[in-house]
Amino acid sequence: MHRFANPTRFLRIAAVVQPWVAWITVTLFAVGLYMAFFTAPADYQQGESVRIMYVHVPAAWMGMFCYAAMAVASAVALVWKHPLADVAAKASAPTGAAFTFLALATGSLWGKPMWGTWWVWDARLTSMLILFFLYIGYMALQGAFDDRARGAKASAVLALVGAVNLPIIKFSVDWWNTLHQPSSVIKMGGPSIHPSMLWPLLILAVAFKGYYVWVLLVRIRQELTANKVRILQLRQVHGG
Amino acid sequence: MAEFFSMGGYGAYVWPSYGLAAAIMIALLVSSLRGLKATEARFERLKAETRPVRTGSNNEESPDGDEA
Amino acid sequence: MAMKRKHKRLTFLIIALGLVGVATGLVLFALGDGVSLFHSPSDIVAKTPSPEQRLRLGGLVEEGTVQRAEGSAVVKFSVTDGANAVQVSYEGLLPDLFREGQGIVAEGRYVDGVFQASEVLAKHDENYMPPEVADALKKSGHWQDGAEKTADAPPSAPPAPATVPQAVQPQQGAVN
Repeated sequence: MHRFANPTRFLRIAAVVQPWVAWITVTLFAVGLYMAFFTAPADYQQGESVRIMYVHVPAAWMGMFCYAAMAVASAVALVWKHPLADVAAKASAPTGAAFTFLALATGSLWGKPMWGTWWVWDARLTSMLILFFLYIGYMALQGAFDDRARGAKASAVLALVGAVNLPIIKFSVDWWNTLHQPSSVIKMGGPSIHPSMLWPLLILAVAFKGYYVWVLLVRIRQELTANKVRILQLRQVHGG
Repeated sequence: MAEFFSMGGYGAYVWPSYGLAAAIMIALLVSSLRGLKATEARFERLKAETRPVRTGSNNEESPDGDEA
Repeated sequence: MAMKRKHKRLTFLIIALGLVGVATGLVLFALGDGVSLFHSPSDIVAKTPSPEQRLRLGGLVEEGTVQRAEGSAVVKFSVTDGANAVQVSYEGLLPDLFREGQGIVAEGRYVDGVFQASEVLAKHDENYMPPEVADALKKSGHWQDGAEKTADAPPSAPPAPATVPQAVQPQQGAVN
Protein backbone atom coordinates (compact mmCIF):
# COMPACT_ATOMS: atom_id res chain seq x y z
CA MET A 1 0.00 0.00 0.00
CA HIS A 2 2.60 2.47 1.04
CA ARG A 3 4.41 2.04 -2.25
CA PHE A 4 1.63 4.13 -3.83
CA ALA A 5 1.47 6.36 -0.82
CA ASN A 6 4.55 8.14 -1.99
CA PRO A 7 3.02 11.27 -3.52
CA THR A 8 5.89 11.80 -5.94
CA ARG A 9 5.45 8.34 -7.40
CA PHE A 10 1.68 8.85 -7.54
CA LEU A 11 2.14 12.14 -9.39
CA ARG A 12 4.32 10.41 -11.98
CA ILE A 13 1.86 7.55 -12.52
CA ALA A 14 -1.19 9.84 -12.57
CA ALA A 15 0.33 12.06 -15.25
CA VAL A 16 0.80 9.02 -17.50
CA VAL A 17 -2.62 7.45 -16.82
CA GLN A 18 -4.66 10.64 -17.13
CA PRO A 19 -4.65 11.05 -20.96
CA TRP A 20 -5.71 7.42 -21.36
CA VAL A 21 -8.60 7.89 -18.97
CA ALA A 22 -9.54 11.07 -20.82
CA TRP A 23 -9.67 9.38 -24.23
CA ILE A 24 -11.60 6.38 -22.96
CA THR A 25 -14.10 8.68 -21.28
CA VAL A 26 -14.61 10.86 -24.36
CA THR A 27 -15.05 7.79 -26.58
CA LEU A 28 -17.58 6.22 -24.22
CA PHE A 29 -19.54 9.47 -24.08
CA ALA A 30 -19.58 9.68 -27.89
CA VAL A 31 -20.80 6.09 -28.28
CA GLY A 32 -23.24 6.29 -25.37
CA LEU A 33 -24.81 9.58 -26.47
CA TYR A 34 -25.12 8.38 -30.06
CA MET A 35 -26.96 5.30 -28.87
CA ALA A 36 -29.09 7.28 -26.42
CA PHE A 37 -30.38 9.55 -29.20
CA PHE A 38 -30.27 7.44 -32.36
CA THR A 39 -30.49 3.73 -31.58
CA ALA A 40 -32.50 3.72 -28.33
CA PRO A 41 -36.26 3.70 -28.97
CA ALA A 42 -38.92 5.82 -27.35
CA ASP A 43 -40.58 4.19 -24.35
CA TYR A 44 -44.02 2.58 -24.71
CA GLN A 45 -45.36 4.73 -21.87
CA GLN A 46 -43.09 7.74 -21.58
CA GLY A 47 -42.31 8.36 -25.24
CA GLU A 48 -39.23 10.44 -26.02
CA SER A 49 -39.01 11.84 -22.48
CA VAL A 50 -37.38 8.54 -21.49
CA ARG A 51 -34.12 9.87 -22.97
CA ILE A 52 -33.67 11.94 -19.83
CA MET A 53 -32.96 8.58 -18.15
CA TYR A 54 -29.56 8.38 -19.86
CA VAL A 55 -28.26 11.35 -17.89
CA HIS A 56 -30.45 11.07 -14.83
CA VAL A 57 -29.65 7.47 -13.87
CA PRO A 58 -25.85 7.55 -14.37
CA ALA A 59 -25.72 10.86 -12.49
CA ALA A 60 -27.67 9.39 -9.58
CA TRP A 61 -25.56 6.23 -9.48
CA MET A 62 -22.34 8.19 -9.57
CA GLY A 63 -23.58 10.66 -6.97
CA MET A 64 -23.85 7.68 -4.63
CA PHE A 65 -20.68 6.00 -5.88
CA CYS A 66 -18.58 9.13 -5.27
CA TYR A 67 -19.96 9.36 -1.75
CA ALA A 68 -19.09 5.71 -1.08
CA ALA A 69 -15.57 6.32 -2.40
CA MET A 70 -15.29 9.43 -0.24
CA ALA A 71 -16.44 7.54 2.86
CA VAL A 72 -14.02 4.66 2.29
CA ALA A 73 -11.13 7.06 1.69
CA SER A 74 -12.11 8.98 4.84
CA ALA A 75 -12.06 5.77 6.89
CA VAL A 76 -8.60 4.89 5.55
CA ALA A 77 -7.45 8.43 6.34
CA LEU A 78 -8.81 8.32 9.90
CA VAL A 79 -7.56 4.87 10.82
CA TRP A 80 -4.36 4.36 8.84
CA LYS A 81 -3.40 8.02 8.28
CA HIS A 82 -2.69 7.14 4.69
CA PRO A 83 -1.26 10.28 3.09
CA LEU A 84 -3.23 9.90 -0.15
CA ALA A 85 -6.55 8.92 1.40
CA ASP A 86 -7.42 12.39 2.68
CA VAL A 87 -6.51 13.88 -0.67
CA ALA A 88 -8.59 11.32 -2.57
CA ALA A 89 -11.63 11.89 -0.33
CA LYS A 90 -11.37 15.64 -0.74
CA ALA A 91 -10.94 15.33 -4.52
CA SER A 92 -14.09 13.17 -4.84
CA ALA A 93 -16.47 15.63 -3.20
CA PRO A 94 -16.98 18.24 -5.96
CA THR A 95 -17.65 15.59 -8.62
CA GLY A 96 -20.06 13.76 -6.34
CA ALA A 97 -21.88 16.98 -5.50
CA ALA A 98 -22.11 17.86 -9.21
CA PHE A 99 -23.53 14.42 -10.08
CA THR A 100 -26.03 14.54 -7.22
CA PHE A 101 -27.17 18.00 -8.26
CA LEU A 102 -27.55 16.77 -11.85
CA ALA A 103 -29.58 13.78 -10.70
CA LEU A 104 -31.92 16.08 -8.76
CA ALA A 105 -32.22 18.63 -11.58
CA THR A 106 -32.75 16.14 -14.40
CA GLY A 107 -35.13 14.17 -12.18
CA SER A 108 -37.13 17.34 -11.74
CA LEU A 109 -37.13 17.95 -15.50
CA TRP A 110 -38.31 14.38 -16.02
CA GLY A 111 -40.85 14.44 -13.20
CA LYS A 112 -42.71 17.50 -14.47
CA PRO A 113 -43.99 15.97 -17.73
CA MET A 114 -44.31 12.38 -16.45
CA TRP A 115 -45.46 12.61 -12.85
CA GLY A 116 -46.99 16.05 -13.10
CA THR A 117 -44.75 17.70 -10.54
CA TRP A 118 -41.21 19.12 -10.33
CA TRP A 119 -40.74 17.87 -6.81
CA VAL A 120 -42.37 15.74 -4.17
CA TRP A 121 -41.14 15.00 -0.65
CA ASP A 122 -41.03 11.25 -1.03
CA ALA A 123 -38.33 9.12 0.59
CA ARG A 124 -36.18 8.72 -2.54
CA LEU A 125 -36.12 12.39 -3.53
CA THR A 126 -35.64 13.59 0.03
CA SER A 127 -32.78 11.19 0.79
CA MET A 128 -31.09 12.25 -2.46
CA LEU A 129 -31.42 15.91 -1.44
CA ILE A 130 -29.84 15.00 1.91
CA LEU A 131 -26.95 13.43 -0.01
CA PHE A 132 -26.41 16.73 -1.81
CA PHE A 133 -26.42 18.61 1.52
CA LEU A 134 -23.91 16.11 2.92
CA TYR A 135 -21.54 16.96 0.08
CA ILE A 136 -22.00 20.68 0.69
CA GLY A 137 -21.45 20.19 4.43
CA TYR A 138 -18.34 18.10 3.78
CA MET A 139 -16.79 20.75 1.57
CA ALA A 140 -17.77 23.59 3.91
CA LEU A 141 -16.37 21.81 6.96
CA GLN A 142 -13.02 21.37 5.28
CA GLY A 143 -12.55 25.10 4.93
CA ALA A 144 -14.00 25.93 8.33
CA PHE A 145 -10.82 25.21 10.33
CA ASP A 146 -7.60 27.22 10.34
CA ASP A 147 -5.78 23.99 11.05
CA ARG A 148 -5.98 21.94 7.85
CA ALA A 149 -5.50 18.64 9.67
CA ARG A 150 -8.46 19.32 11.95
CA GLY A 151 -10.64 20.32 9.02
CA ALA A 152 -9.73 17.09 7.25
CA LYS A 153 -10.51 15.04 10.35
CA ALA A 154 -13.87 16.70 11.02
CA SER A 155 -14.99 16.34 7.41
CA ALA A 156 -13.85 12.70 7.33
CA VAL A 157 -16.08 11.97 10.34
CA LEU A 158 -19.01 13.69 8.61
CA ALA A 159 -18.39 11.66 5.44
CA LEU A 160 -18.49 8.43 7.44
CA VAL A 161 -21.58 9.27 9.46
CA GLY A 162 -23.37 10.43 6.31
CA ALA A 163 -22.70 7.07 4.66
CA VAL A 164 -25.78 5.63 6.45
CA ASN A 165 -27.76 7.65 3.92
CA LEU A 166 -26.55 5.46 1.03
CA PRO A 167 -28.54 2.31 1.87
CA ILE A 168 -31.50 4.55 2.70
CA ILE A 169 -31.41 6.04 -0.81
CA LYS A 170 -31.01 2.66 -2.45
CA PHE A 171 -33.81 0.92 -0.55
CA SER A 172 -36.13 3.89 0.01
CA VAL A 173 -38.26 2.79 -2.95
CA ASP A 174 -38.69 -0.68 -1.44
CA TRP A 175 -39.15 0.25 2.20
CA TRP A 176 -41.72 2.99 1.78
CA ASN A 177 -44.40 4.17 -0.63
CA THR A 178 -42.76 6.65 -2.95
CA LEU A 179 -43.70 8.46 -6.14
CA HIS A 180 -40.36 7.37 -7.55
CA GLN A 181 -40.59 3.93 -9.14
CA PRO A 182 -38.53 0.96 -7.87
CA SER A 183 -35.15 0.02 -9.32
CA SER A 184 -35.10 -1.17 -12.93
CA VAL A 185 -31.50 -2.29 -13.36
CA ILE A 186 -30.04 -3.48 -10.07
CA LYS A 187 -32.76 -5.73 -8.70
CA MET A 188 -33.74 -9.32 -8.13
CA GLY A 189 -34.61 -11.18 -11.28
CA GLY A 190 -32.56 -8.99 -13.61
CA PRO A 191 -33.18 -5.62 -15.21
CA SER A 192 -36.63 -4.67 -16.45
CA ILE A 193 -35.28 -2.46 -19.18
CA HIS A 194 -35.25 -3.58 -22.77
CA PRO A 195 -31.66 -4.27 -23.98
CA SER A 196 -31.95 -1.53 -26.61
CA MET A 197 -32.31 0.95 -23.74
CA LEU A 198 -30.13 -0.83 -21.21
CA TRP A 199 -26.98 -0.74 -23.35
CA PRO A 200 -26.74 3.02 -23.83
CA LEU A 201 -27.55 3.41 -20.14
CA LEU A 202 -24.71 1.11 -19.07
CA ILE A 203 -22.22 2.65 -21.53
CA LEU A 204 -23.03 6.13 -20.27
CA ALA A 205 -22.75 4.91 -16.69
CA VAL A 206 -19.20 3.74 -17.44
CA ALA A 207 -18.52 7.05 -19.20
CA PHE A 208 -19.63 8.92 -16.07
CA LYS A 209 -17.32 6.72 -14.02
CA GLY A 210 -14.46 7.52 -16.41
CA TYR A 211 -15.23 11.20 -16.02
CA TYR A 212 -15.06 10.81 -12.24
CA VAL A 213 -11.64 9.10 -12.44
CA TRP A 214 -10.41 11.77 -14.84
CA VAL A 215 -11.43 14.66 -12.58
CA LEU A 216 -10.22 12.71 -9.53
CA LEU A 217 -6.72 12.34 -11.00
CA VAL A 218 -6.57 16.01 -11.93
CA ARG A 219 -7.73 17.13 -8.50
CA ILE A 220 -5.41 14.76 -6.61
CA ARG A 221 -2.48 16.02 -8.68
CA GLN A 222 -3.52 19.59 -7.95
CA GLU A 223 -3.84 18.88 -4.23
CA LEU A 224 -0.47 17.12 -3.99
CA THR A 225 1.26 19.91 -5.91
CA ALA A 226 -0.37 22.43 -3.57
CA ASN A 227 1.11 20.50 -0.64
CA LYS A 228 4.55 20.81 -2.21
CA VAL A 229 3.96 24.53 -2.70
CA ARG A 230 3.11 24.92 1.00
CA ILE A 231 6.28 23.08 2.02
CA LEU A 232 8.40 25.32 -0.20
CA GLN A 233 6.71 28.41 1.21
CA LEU A 234 7.42 27.24 4.77
CA ARG A 235 11.06 26.75 3.87
CA GLN A 236 11.23 30.23 2.41
CA VAL A 237 9.66 31.79 5.48
CA HIS A 238 11.91 29.93 7.87
CA GLY A 239 14.97 30.81 5.78
CA GLY A 240 16.13 27.80 3.78
CA MET B 1 -34.72 17.39 -38.04
CA ALA B 2 -37.31 19.57 -36.34
CA GLU B 3 -39.00 16.38 -35.27
CA PHE B 4 -35.79 15.20 -33.64
CA PHE B 5 -35.44 18.43 -31.67
CA SER B 6 -39.06 18.46 -30.56
CA MET B 7 -38.52 15.05 -28.88
CA GLY B 8 -42.17 14.14 -29.26
CA GLY B 9 -43.16 17.33 -27.47
CA TYR B 10 -40.75 16.75 -24.59
CA GLY B 11 -37.89 18.80 -26.05
CA ALA B 12 -38.38 21.46 -23.39
CA TYR B 13 -37.45 18.84 -20.77
CA VAL B 14 -34.99 16.60 -22.62
CA TRP B 15 -32.65 19.29 -23.99
CA PRO B 16 -32.27 21.29 -20.77
CA SER B 17 -31.37 18.01 -19.03
CA TYR B 18 -28.54 17.33 -21.44
CA GLY B 19 -27.54 20.99 -21.62
CA LEU B 20 -27.29 21.27 -17.86
CA ALA B 21 -25.31 18.02 -17.61
CA ALA B 22 -22.87 19.18 -20.29
CA ALA B 23 -22.49 22.65 -18.75
CA ILE B 24 -21.84 21.39 -15.22
CA MET B 25 -19.52 18.56 -16.21
CA ILE B 26 -17.46 20.67 -18.61
CA ALA B 27 -17.24 23.51 -16.08
CA LEU B 28 -16.01 21.19 -13.32
CA LEU B 29 -13.46 19.54 -15.62
CA VAL B 30 -12.13 22.83 -16.97
CA SER B 31 -11.86 24.43 -13.53
CA SER B 32 -10.06 21.33 -12.19
CA LEU B 33 -7.59 21.35 -15.10
CA ARG B 34 -7.01 25.09 -14.69
CA GLY B 35 -6.43 24.65 -10.97
CA LEU B 36 -3.82 21.99 -11.66
CA LYS B 37 -2.04 24.12 -14.28
CA ALA B 38 -2.00 27.15 -11.96
CA THR B 39 -0.69 25.18 -8.99
CA GLU B 40 1.99 23.49 -11.10
CA ALA B 41 3.14 26.86 -12.45
CA ARG B 42 3.26 28.22 -8.92
CA PHE B 43 5.34 25.26 -7.76
CA GLU B 44 7.84 25.67 -10.60
CA ARG B 45 8.18 29.38 -9.84
CA LEU B 46 8.76 28.74 -6.13
CA LYS B 47 11.21 25.95 -6.88
CA ALA B 48 13.22 28.28 -9.14
CA GLU B 49 13.30 30.89 -6.37
CA THR B 50 14.34 28.39 -3.72
CA ARG B 51 17.01 26.51 -5.65
CA PRO B 52 19.84 29.08 -5.46
CA VAL B 53 19.58 29.14 -1.68
CA ARG B 54 19.41 25.43 -1.09
CA THR B 55 21.73 23.69 -3.48
CA GLY B 56 21.29 19.97 -3.67
CA SER B 57 18.01 20.06 -1.84
CA ASN B 58 15.86 16.94 -2.19
CA ASN B 59 12.50 18.61 -1.85
CA GLU B 60 11.19 16.46 -4.73
CA GLU B 61 10.99 13.47 -2.45
CA SER B 62 7.99 12.61 -0.36
CA PRO B 63 7.23 15.66 1.72
CA ASP B 64 4.58 13.82 3.70
CA GLY B 65 5.88 11.76 6.54
CA ASP B 66 4.77 8.14 6.60
CA GLU B 67 3.61 6.94 9.93
CA ALA B 68 4.44 3.27 9.70
CA MET C 1 2.96 1.14 19.35
CA ALA C 2 1.81 2.45 16.00
CA MET C 3 -0.05 -0.78 15.26
CA LYS C 4 -1.81 -0.60 18.61
CA ARG C 5 -2.97 2.95 17.96
CA LYS C 6 -4.30 1.94 14.56
CA HIS C 7 -6.22 -0.95 16.07
CA LYS C 8 -7.70 1.32 18.68
CA ARG C 9 -8.78 3.85 16.08
CA LEU C 10 -10.28 1.11 13.89
CA THR C 11 -12.20 -0.43 16.79
CA PHE C 12 -13.48 2.98 17.85
CA LEU C 13 -14.56 3.80 14.30
CA ILE C 14 -16.40 0.50 13.82
CA ILE C 15 -18.24 0.84 17.14
CA ALA C 16 -19.14 4.48 16.48
CA LEU C 17 -20.43 3.72 12.99
CA GLY C 18 -22.35 0.71 14.28
CA LEU C 19 -24.07 2.95 16.81
CA VAL C 20 -24.88 5.57 14.17
CA GLY C 21 -26.34 2.82 11.98
CA VAL C 22 -28.46 1.39 14.80
CA ALA C 23 -29.66 4.85 15.83
CA THR C 24 -30.66 5.69 12.26
CA GLY C 25 -32.41 2.35 11.91
CA LEU C 26 -34.39 2.96 15.10
CA VAL C 27 -35.40 6.46 14.00
CA LEU C 28 -36.56 5.20 10.61
CA PHE C 29 -38.39 2.31 12.25
CA ALA C 30 -40.11 4.73 14.64
CA LEU C 31 -41.09 6.99 11.75
CA GLY C 32 -42.43 3.93 9.98
CA ASP C 33 -45.29 4.75 7.67
CA GLY C 34 -44.76 8.45 8.31
CA VAL C 35 -41.98 8.29 5.73
CA SER C 36 -44.33 6.84 3.13
CA LEU C 37 -45.70 9.28 0.63
CA PHE C 38 -49.20 7.88 0.37
CA HIS C 39 -51.81 5.53 1.82
CA SER C 40 -53.20 2.53 -0.01
CA PRO C 41 -56.95 2.24 -0.70
CA SER C 42 -57.14 -0.60 1.89
CA ASP C 43 -55.56 1.75 4.42
CA ILE C 44 -58.13 4.45 3.75
CA VAL C 45 -61.09 2.07 3.76
CA ALA C 46 -59.92 0.62 7.09
CA LYS C 47 -59.13 3.89 8.85
CA THR C 48 -61.70 6.25 7.28
CA PRO C 49 -59.73 9.48 7.85
CA SER C 50 -61.66 12.58 8.89
CA PRO C 51 -62.82 14.90 6.08
CA GLU C 52 -60.55 17.69 7.39
CA GLN C 53 -57.37 15.66 7.07
CA ARG C 54 -55.30 16.21 3.93
CA LEU C 55 -53.65 13.02 2.80
CA ARG C 56 -52.33 11.18 -0.22
CA LEU C 57 -53.85 8.11 -1.79
CA GLY C 58 -51.85 5.85 -4.07
CA GLY C 59 -52.74 2.88 -6.24
CA LEU C 60 -53.65 1.76 -9.73
CA VAL C 61 -56.38 3.43 -11.77
CA GLU C 62 -58.95 0.68 -12.18
CA GLU C 63 -59.61 -0.28 -15.80
CA GLY C 64 -62.84 1.02 -17.23
CA THR C 65 -63.66 3.38 -14.36
CA VAL C 66 -62.40 6.69 -15.79
CA GLN C 67 -65.35 9.00 -16.47
CA ARG C 68 -65.08 12.52 -17.76
CA ALA C 69 -68.12 14.73 -17.26
CA GLU C 70 -69.35 16.52 -20.41
CA GLY C 71 -68.42 20.19 -20.55
CA SER C 72 -66.35 20.22 -17.37
CA ALA C 73 -62.83 19.26 -16.31
CA VAL C 74 -64.06 16.89 -13.61
CA VAL C 75 -62.67 13.37 -13.87
CA LYS C 76 -63.91 10.47 -11.79
CA PHE C 77 -62.13 7.15 -11.45
CA SER C 78 -61.47 4.50 -8.90
CA VAL C 79 -58.07 3.63 -7.44
CA THR C 80 -57.34 0.09 -6.38
CA ASP C 81 -54.61 -1.89 -4.66
CA GLY C 82 -56.10 -5.22 -5.67
CA ALA C 83 -57.99 -5.71 -2.40
CA ASN C 84 -59.94 -2.47 -2.02
CA ALA C 85 -60.87 0.44 -4.24
CA VAL C 86 -61.57 4.10 -3.49
CA GLN C 87 -63.58 6.48 -5.67
CA VAL C 88 -61.65 9.61 -6.68
CA SER C 89 -63.03 12.86 -7.99
CA TYR C 90 -60.65 15.41 -9.48
CA GLU C 91 -60.94 18.66 -11.40
CA GLY C 92 -57.94 19.80 -13.37
CA LEU C 93 -55.19 18.77 -15.74
CA LEU C 94 -53.92 15.22 -15.54
CA PRO C 95 -50.26 14.33 -16.14
CA ASP C 96 -49.30 12.70 -19.46
CA LEU C 97 -48.78 9.30 -17.87
CA PHE C 98 -52.29 9.15 -16.40
CA ARG C 99 -54.14 6.24 -17.93
CA GLU C 100 -56.13 3.21 -16.90
CA GLY C 101 -54.05 0.54 -15.25
CA GLN C 102 -51.28 3.01 -14.36
CA GLY C 103 -50.26 3.96 -10.83
CA ILE C 104 -51.23 7.38 -9.48
CA VAL C 105 -50.81 9.36 -6.28
CA ALA C 106 -53.66 11.75 -5.45
CA GLU C 107 -53.62 14.40 -2.76
CA GLY C 108 -56.83 15.57 -1.16
CA ARG C 109 -59.52 14.76 1.40
CA TYR C 110 -61.68 11.70 1.95
CA VAL C 111 -65.22 13.02 2.17
CA ASP C 112 -68.28 10.74 2.44
CA GLY C 113 -66.58 7.78 0.82
CA VAL C 114 -65.18 9.77 -2.11
CA PHE C 115 -61.61 11.02 -2.31
CA GLN C 116 -61.76 14.67 -3.38
CA ALA C 117 -58.37 15.17 -5.02
CA SER C 118 -56.78 18.57 -5.50
CA GLU C 119 -53.71 17.14 -7.21
CA VAL C 120 -53.11 13.95 -9.18
CA LEU C 121 -49.59 12.72 -9.90
CA ALA C 122 -48.77 9.78 -12.14
CA LYS C 123 -46.50 7.05 -10.89
CA HIS C 124 -44.71 5.02 -13.49
CA ASP C 125 -43.47 1.48 -13.14
CA GLU C 126 -39.92 0.24 -13.47
CA ASN C 127 -40.42 -1.28 -16.92
CA TYR C 128 -38.89 0.38 -19.94
CA MET C 129 -39.33 -0.97 -23.47
CA PRO C 130 -40.07 0.11 -27.04
CA PRO C 131 -43.78 0.28 -28.00
CA GLU C 132 -43.42 -2.63 -30.48
CA VAL C 133 -42.13 -4.89 -27.72
CA ALA C 134 -44.99 -3.89 -25.44
CA ASP C 135 -47.47 -4.67 -28.24
CA ALA C 136 -45.81 -8.02 -28.92
CA LEU C 137 -45.94 -8.93 -25.25
CA LYS C 138 -49.62 -8.00 -25.07
CA LYS C 139 -50.42 -10.05 -28.19
CA SER C 140 -48.58 -13.10 -26.92
CA GLY C 141 -50.41 -12.94 -23.63
CA HIS C 142 -47.26 -12.39 -21.57
CA TRP C 143 -48.27 -8.93 -20.55
CA GLN C 144 -48.41 -8.16 -16.86
CA ASP C 145 -49.40 -4.61 -16.19
CA GLY C 146 -49.13 -3.31 -12.70
CA ALA C 147 -46.57 -4.35 -10.13
CA GLU C 148 -49.27 -5.97 -8.00
CA LYS C 149 -49.63 -8.94 -10.31
CA THR C 150 -45.94 -9.74 -10.38
CA ALA C 151 -45.82 -11.67 -7.14
CA ASP C 152 -48.00 -14.54 -8.31
CA ALA C 153 -46.60 -14.69 -11.82
CA PRO C 154 -45.22 -18.16 -12.55
CA PRO C 155 -41.43 -18.20 -12.37
CA SER C 156 -41.08 -20.09 -15.63
CA ALA C 157 -43.35 -18.56 -18.25
CA PRO C 158 -44.16 -20.84 -21.19
CA PRO C 159 -42.05 -20.09 -24.27
CA ALA C 160 -43.31 -17.14 -26.25
CA PRO C 161 -44.80 -17.78 -29.70
CA ALA C 162 -42.68 -17.11 -32.76
CA THR C 163 -44.30 -13.73 -33.37
CA VAL C 164 -42.41 -12.23 -30.43
CA PRO C 165 -39.08 -10.69 -31.52
CA GLN C 166 -35.98 -12.56 -30.42
CA ALA C 167 -34.82 -9.64 -28.33
CA VAL C 168 -37.78 -10.05 -26.05
CA GLN C 169 -36.98 -13.59 -25.03
CA PRO C 170 -34.41 -12.89 -22.32
CA GLN C 171 -36.68 -10.15 -21.09
CA GLN C 172 -39.53 -12.46 -20.21
CA GLY C 173 -38.35 -13.00 -16.69
CA ALA C 174 -37.36 -9.40 -16.26
CA VAL C 175 -40.69 -7.94 -17.26
CA ASN C 176 -42.37 -9.81 -14.43
